[in-house]
Amino acid sequence: MTVVGAPGMLAVFAESVAPELARALDLAGFLWKHVCSVDEAADHEPADGWQGVIVDCTADPEGAWAFTRAVRKAEGAHLAVLVLVGGAQLGDLELRDELFDDFCLSPFHPTELEARLRHLLWNVGDPVKPGVELVEYGQLVLNLETYQATIAGRPLDMTYMEYELLKFLAQNPGKVFTREILLSRVWGYEYYGGARTVDVHIRRLRAKLGEEHAGLIATVRSVGYRFGQSRWGS
Amino acid sequence: MSGLLDQHRDYVLRTVEERGVRLVRLWFTDVLGNLKSFAISPAELENALEDGMTFDGSSIDGFSRVQESDVLAVPDPDTFELLPWGEPGAAEARVFCDIRSLDGAPFEGDPRQVLRRTMRAAHDQGFTFYIAPDIEFFYFEPPVAGSRPQPLDHGGYFDLTTRDAAGDLRKQTIRKLEQMSIPVEYSFHEDSPSQQEIDLRHTDALTMADSVMTFRLIVKEVAASQGVHATFMPKPLEGVQGSGMHLHMSLFRGDDNAFYDAGDPHVLSPVAKAFMAGLLVHAAEITAITNQTVNSYKRLVPGFEAPVHISWARNNRSGLIRVPIAKKGNPLATRIEYRSPDPACNPYLAFSLLLAAGMRGIEQGYELPEEADANLFEMDDAALAKLGINQLPQSLSDALHTMERSELVHEVLGEHIFEWFLRNKRHEWREYKTHVSQHELDRYLRSV
Repeated sequence: MTVVGAPGMLAVFAESVAPELARALDLAGFLWKHVCSVDEAADHEPADGWQGVIVDCTADPEGAWAFTRAVRKAEGAHLAVLVLVGGAQLGDLELRDELFDDFCLSPFHPTELEARLRHLLWNVGDPVKPGVELVEYGQLVLNLETYQATIAGRPLDMTYMEYELLKFLAQNPGKVFTREILLSRVWGYEYYGGARTVDVHIRRLRAKLGEEHAGLIATVRSVGYRFGQSRWGS
Repeated sequence: MSGLLDQHRDYVLRTVEERGVRLVRLWFTDVLGNLKSFAISPAELENALEDGMTFDGSSIDGFSRVQESDVLAVPDPDTFELLPWGEPGAAEARVFCDIRSLDGAPFEGDPRQVLRRTMRAAHDQGFTFYIAPDIEFFYFEPPVAGSRPQPLDHGGYFDLTTRDAAGDLRKQTIRKLEQMSIPVEYSFHEDSPSQQEIDLRHTDALTMADSVMTFRLIVKEVAASQGVHATFMPKPLEGVQGSGMHLHMSLFRGDDNAFYDAGDPHVLSPVAKAFMAGLLVHAAEITAITNQTVNSYKRLVPGFEAPVHISWARNNRSGLIRVPIAKKGNPLATRIEYRSPDPACNPYLAFSLLLAAGMRGIEQGYELPEEADANLFEMDDAALAKLGINQLPQSLSDALHTMERSELVHEVLGEHIFEWFLRNKRHEWREYKTHVSQHELDRYLRSV
């Protein structure tokens, strides 16, 4: 096999790699390895690291998103992630922008997949990739680098999941989220606690924010929760 | 590349660094429900999170084994929290641990593992177990050996006493609880002099068992800081109510309350009814765990709002199980309240047995008996027998006797804890039985 312009190794996450995908990658000259889990991706990682990741979400979307989340958490935005989704799965992309860099509809056109991959990999390593390190809303400041949060200058001591939930909410102020969305976007599908887990954590966050700031997280009746002011001024 | 758990670890390690944590306390619980702790320096934490910390378990109640005494404490990074006391700049943190054998297998003497196992079994059937306790306790003057406990006040139920020292303590306690991720629903002065009640908001049972351990420590710490003694002893004062830990329970299937059924006249689903039936069938067997002291049985007597009979009702506080009416008929709030446990129990083991008893009812399709809405304290034995209503065990000895024959309790606790607990508690009973009390001397010394 000859390598055309892509010296690094791609990890392909899928239950089994579809023959069309394998053929498209081989014909375009990408080096790739099939991985079924984060552990496998760690075990098979080349000495100079993965150059990119392709995640096939068509067969097992829950597993695929859990994998993607784990990759992002482990590698930050340095590792390019392209997700393959079916036409009916486009809705799954919503509110997951931070998890992937590009997507391709599956079944895909081999030339399109190749073009997207090349563009994506060209982009990677660009040092000016936007990295937001501080999330600020009113008197709340979250430092994503150090995991530390303060409200009106007072440090907030949180458990990891409390921190993740507050981070997600503060990154999306004014939007109303259902418990289901919060559960799937913050905890991921691998968590089995159910929607009540969200309520439990929201209550803890409010208690820690203190009476004065507890109102930052509003309950939207029979829908879910909203952080900060409504965008519609209600 | 790393897994999800590593993110938790990173978070913990980074927080320790950023907040200048000087000491990390590793917490776990012995078989009797005592909180145990040893401290490590932050430098050792990374190692501890990765591989656990070895310690000699032979001096921990219920951990000792003949073959080997060393066990591993493996921190659960989900439970990492800064402690709301200690000096600024020398912060301390705590993390709950699972106990493992040196080969990495769950250690069979660890109550937290019992609850994990029981919850996993329920989860395999599609259920998550939620629990919310109402915890009662007393504030006393610091105890003096040989004398009766001295209450701080003589207030009653909901009383707002003047110069309310207890009220201030309660307020400080609640602030500390909330800092430790334990939200409080209600708190008030209970019926008896100096008796308090704090009701916690529901969480999954494992989180709640951890919370109860933290709760007991915080209540005692805050009290001690003001020169007051807090106690969870079930019946410290004769002639007034004792301290219970009523448990509000529900099962959820995903986002739906499996106890709720809009079509039922009492909005109780078949799952709820079978779960209650399971609790009633096995109530006597699990009482030695939910009420584990000699003193526990002095609370379970008629006339003090504690249950005596194994029965259920919607609005009758004399029964073992009450079905509270949910506010505005909220489906999520549909639940049952199990009223016999006291706050001196081991919450991990008590929650495990309650869940397992209820699940047994569901799996085997137990039939829920008729609601007992009469005042059972006013009925004689014959009338109760006619209704098929039995009593809870009358003493620790009774309770142990019933537990010993329980296949359910044996299975849930596992051989190690089952056997150790019975042996330990029989010893406790024997010590009590051979003690000659003041009551006996007053009663018999002159007259006989």
